[in-house]
Amino acid sequence: MNSAANDAFVVFDRVQKSYDGETLVVKDLNLSIGKGEFLTMLGPSGSGKTTCLMMLAGFETATHGDILLDGEPINNIPPHKRGIGMVFQNYALFPHMTVAENLAFPLEVRNIGKSAREEKVRRALEMVQMGAFGGRRPAQLSGGQQQRIALARALVFEPELVLMDEPLGALDKQLREHMQFEITRLAHNLGITTVYVTHDQTEALTMSDRVAVFDDGRIQQLAAPDILYEQPENSFVAQFIGENNTLLGTVKEIKDDVALVELDDGELIDAKPVNVSKPGDRTLVSIRPERVEISKDRLSPDAHLVHAEVLEFIYMGDIYRTRLRVAGNEDFVIKTRNAPDQRRLKPGEHIEIGWMPQDCRALDAP
Amino acid sequence: MSEATDTGPMLAADGRPLKQSLKRALRAQKLRALMLIAPLLLFVLITFIAPIADMLFRSVENQIVSQTLPRTAQALEDWDSTGGDMPPDDILAAFTYDLVAAAERKDHTRLGTRLNYEMTGISSLFRKTGRRVDDFGEIYRDQFVDLDPAWEKGETWVTLLGDPEWIDEYAAWKAAGGDNEAGAPLFRLKDGIAQVLPETSDAYAQFARIAQVENNDDPSGEEPWAPVYLALYRDLAQGGGIDVASLGLAESALVETTAKEVTRFEAVPLRSLYTDVEDDWADPEVWKTVKTFLPEYTPGYFLSAVDLQKTPDGISAKPENQQLYILLFERTLFMSLVIMGSCVLLGYPIAYLLSNLPMRTSNVLLILVLLPFWTSLLVRTSAWKVLLQQQGVINDVLVWAGIVADDARLVMINNQFGTIVAMTHILLPFMILPLYSVMKTIPPSYVRAAKSLGASNWTAFWRVYFPQSVPGIGAGCILVFILAIGYYITPELVGGTTGTFISNRIAYHISSSLNWGLAAALGTILLAVVLILYWLYDRLVGIDNVSLG
Repeated sequence: MNSAANDAFVVFDRVQKSYDGETLVVKDLNLSIGKGEFLTMLGPSGSGKTTCLMMLAGFETATHGDILLDGEPINNIPPHKRGIGMVFQNYALFPHMTVAENLAFPLEVRNIGKSAREEKVRRALEMVQMGAFGGRRPAQLSGGQQQRIALARALVFEPELVLMDEPLGALDKQLREHMQFEITRLAHNLGITTVYVTHDQTEALTMSDRVAVFDDGRIQQLAAPDILYEQPENSFVAQFIGENNTLLGTVKEIKDDVALVELDDGELIDAKPVNVSKPGDRTLVSIRPERVEISKDRLSPDAHLVHAEVLEFIYMGDIYRTRLRVAGNEDFVIKTRNAPDQRRLKPGEHIEIGWMPQDCRALDAP
Repeated sequence: MSEATDTGPMLAADGRPLKQSLKRALRAQKLRALMLIAPLLLFVLITFIAPIADMLFRSVENQIVSQTLPRTAQALEDWDSTGGDMPPDDILAAFTYDLVAAAERKDHTRLGTRLNYEMTGISSLFRKTGRRVDDFGEIYRDQFVDLDPAWEKGETWVTLLGDPEWIDEYAAWKAAGGDNEAGAPLFRLKDGIAQVLPETSDAYAQFARIAQVENNDDPSGEEPWAPVYLALYRDLAQGGGIDVASLGLAESALVETTAKEVTRFEAVPLRSLYTDVEDDWADPEVWKTVKTFLPEYTPGYFLSAVDLQKTPDGISAKPENQQLYILLFERTLFMSLVIMGSCVLLGYPIAYLLSNLPMRTSNVLLILVLLPFWTSLLVRTSAWKVLLQQQGVINDVLVWAGIVADDARLVMINNQFGTIVAMTHILLPFMILPLYSVMKTIPPSYVRAAKSLGASNWTAFWRVYFPQSVPGIGAGCILVFILAIGYYITPELVGGTTGTFISNRIAYHISSSLNWGLAAALGTILLAVVLILYWLYDRLVGIDNVSLG
């Protein structure tokens, strides 16, 4: 997982942060970000992700620990000398300046000559396809346009590191998806290191090279999106990322990297032990809705099957979403592809469901 | 109708124009809104707009002269004021008739006061003459009565000049038991008499009406004023023109015989009657002043308010030693600007601090800012007196510290400095509050963004924060400046002679000199100056750039 550690560009070294001297908002943060990497800090509000970003930008000071940028500790460097581009949640475009003036601002304070400045501004505007908007005021732009300008402004002085604090939060769904693509494309084309903060897991999964899931002031898991989704390391990550079915049970035995779990209603299932170690441990078993099988022929013959009762069937276009009662849990959801041969389950129907043991992860019980 | 739909206005479903339908639909709503604001609207109209309009009107209103001296006004119209003489007797006679009536109604002192604003001394002239004017013509009265005692009787006059119909009506009213003249039929002149005895009939009619209305007397029982005899003398002395026979009455004989004798009467020029009372009447300037201020509306007050005066020869500057108002206006503007500037300099950092502190702390500090509002203005101003006077706290401390010698204590009060200090203190909250409420709305992310883009603290403040706080500065400046320019109490108390404002002069004219016209003119100019500055501000900065938060 620390493939980037060798050429680490940004390093958080045992960083702690407290605002009131009583509670730690960030508890012992260790994080290395490689050059050119797109790293997302994901977590619920109050998890400390924005604080980490602000410490990196220099607007908050770390209570303890070092933050290194390109090998240099930057704890005592004021924000304006760090040379880090930043996109703010509400864009923070200066309302009294035109778009071009906004973009020229970082160049002006760096004493770049007028002609070079205009050239850079022009190129930055073209980069975000806003070439015709230089003379407008931010208030005359739509949310998506403002977003592009804010991005261009953060990039116009060619920083090596760009921070983004929930930049797409104010946009509607379609625009957001479009901008996600634009931002990743730009970041990769320009080869800049990006630290992106969001609470939207879809955004995190689609955009990032790696995602750091924050909760309670700690990184719960730091991994590539597919690993995060398919192999969550603890129950918080499993529940926070994507939709998840959880069943409570007790480990009966662990053998050959397969754990036999007895659910609370006595049924037995196979699971992959992730952070359970010995028989008798309480465990939370998690299965993704799309990995649950309702036709036996797709499963291995010796797979354990579980009895389920159909409670609700929802037609969602590309998929069917069916709510079941499984082992006393009435919120057990399965998703099946809308294919010609796919069965439409009816409420009240009793069926058998199963899954591959590796898709069912036995995690710590909360 | 259908032809019009293509090009004409949009139509609603029922075929009416859409605009009309919309108006109808909104009418009830608008009416309700109007009803809601009606009490306040009426209150503002009655207590605010109307007094202002009245004061503005007073600054040009000058009806008192022409109303009190209607005959003089007419007579003076053709008088050539360029000569160095008193007006001729014709004009003086008209003036006498006006003045005797005014004196009877006690209007002559008000008129004297009004004209005294334009020329000192006129007030006492009018007052003195008003007491004596009903004797003017005494000499003719005595000669008329000597000739025929009938002239002494009121009845003679009434039958000679009165409308017979009026005499009957009056007798009937009397017979019905009327004794309060206010309800009696008012004296009317006989048809045609005004052509025969113009001055006499005019003077007597005036006398009879005043006798009825003001003194509640029956005219037939009263001997007329001496000036009425003067009028009769002047009519009869004209000679030839009088067609006495046309009177066709018993009295024509009396008039005829009197007319024959009149030429032998001892005559006195009216001029000497006036100069006997007061030599100043001989001064043509008095008459020029009266003539200049005859029109019903005058720019005189406005001219005085800018140190000019209106003379028969046109507009000219006042003598150097009477010039005052331009200086006061300039001083008021200058000091208001200084006070406004001091308020910005002192208020901006405080507002900045308030808006950036945590809510709890800033609320406490805000109360401290508001605290002066809860203290009486007089107390705050007097406190500055205690602090700033020569034997005051600040001077004592400076002397004690050896910074200032005891015999060279600083003069900090009763001058401009004192006014500026005290008013800056008093008006400071009006600067801080709009600034604070505007700064409160500037998100900290702007300054952060500026810093992240490479701006130093100062650049971030000056290029990003400050421009966004300008609307607050604008609002604060307008508030403070407009309050300062009309401030009265503080300059009055701590301003001395060099630190007073134009408003103190206005107050003086309102309450002491009672020259309300001049006060109104000064106030109007002040209002105009404020409006012009407001307009300038709008042109230069833009009024959209003013925000109270």
